[in-house]
Amino acid sequence: MVSTIPIRCILAASLLSGVTLAQDQSIKIIELAQLKQVLDQPDDTLRVVNFWATWCMPCVKELPHFEAIRRAYLGRKVSVLLVSMDDRKDLNTKVIPFVRKRGIRSRVVLLDEPDPNSWIDQIAPEWSGALPMTLIVNAKQKRRTFIGKALKAGELGVIINAHKL
Amino acid sequence: MRRTLLFSGFALVLLMSLLSARLVSDGYKVGDVIQDFKLKNVDGKTVSLADKPAKVYIIAFTCNTCPVAKAYENRIIALNEQFAPKGYPVVAIQSNDAEQSPGDSYGAMQQRASNRKYAFPYLHDETQAVARAFGATNTPHLFVVQRQGDQYRVAYIGAIDNSQRDAAGATRKYVEEAVNELLAGKPVTTTSAKAIGCGIKWKDA
Repeated sequence: MVSTIPIRCILAASLLSGVTLAQDQSIKIIELAQLKQVLDQPDDTLRVVNFWATWCMPCVKELPHFEAIRRAYLGRKVSVLLVSMDDRKDLNTKVIPFVRKRGIRSRVVLLDEPDPNSWIDQIAPEWSGALPMTLIVNAKQKRRTFIGKALKAGELGVIINAHKL
Repeated sequence: MRRTLLFSGFALVLLMSLLSARLVSDGYKVGDVIQDFKLKNVDGKTVSLADKPAKVYIIAFTCNTCPVAKAYENRIIALNEQFAPKGYPVVAIQSNDAEQSPGDSYGAMQQRASNRKYAFPYLHDETQAVARAFGATNTPHLFVVQRQGDQYRVAYIGAIDNSQRDAAGATRKYVEEAVNELLAGKPVTTTSAKAIGCGIKWKDA
């Protein structure tokens, strides 16, 4: 089920440049197990994981805040992951063009799991399934903040700083 | 030092607002008795569940603008067509703040209800008090409530089915299953199910 569309392209691009190029931003389709692996990674990186969709207006509105965090914490142990809840059929027609047009450089993946009721609780039991939703996690340090609403400018930075990196 | 103080103050306020957001989402659980409400319908009249007590009400928090709610609109209409004749009607409630979502104003609600010929009430939860009381967080977000005496008790909370994109793809029709079980005098087997949806657009505190 895992799409391998342009993974090799990203790899090549990031090897050459050392960063993910906006132009070559490609989006991997992942399943729950892979997402859980990211959330449970036992390292020192604080992960800001945002659940969004191109059809969700409040999500689209807050995406620049995640981009700002990615820039502000470049070279530090903070990583941003944008998990699209769009339908996989919309990957090439909607999600990729959207991400390219907006020049989004944070890592974007598309979660392809058909039955939300079977996995929402595994990601966050307090989550109703409403978008947007953001998790700030570090499994090793047992850090976890659940944000079940859209963030305003500045709020995200305050929450990340509260984790005293 | 002053900056640190200011910063901690801001962090505290933020933490408190996050906590209160958590409290909001608590709402009713399955088995709880709900409090009746009085909300303005698109025809200008006020509606309460007590007006014409049904055995079961299918309460749908929905709206005009959310793509998921739009994808489910026909399924909400179909639920009413299927179950209203059996005395289990739909009541739709719109709770989005019109300031943040102008397409969900009372006028826009009236237009949509008339264009799509809603045969059920489409109520405006202008203060958002009803969504808060229920603990509704999404559109669409359904609550199936069953009458016991003069009270209504929650029998099901959550998604309509497990296929957002199209009704044909659903392998579970949670609301239909729950309502059919209640019609047969049986307890509801699946009393809640989650789905991805739009968050209700709350007024700025």
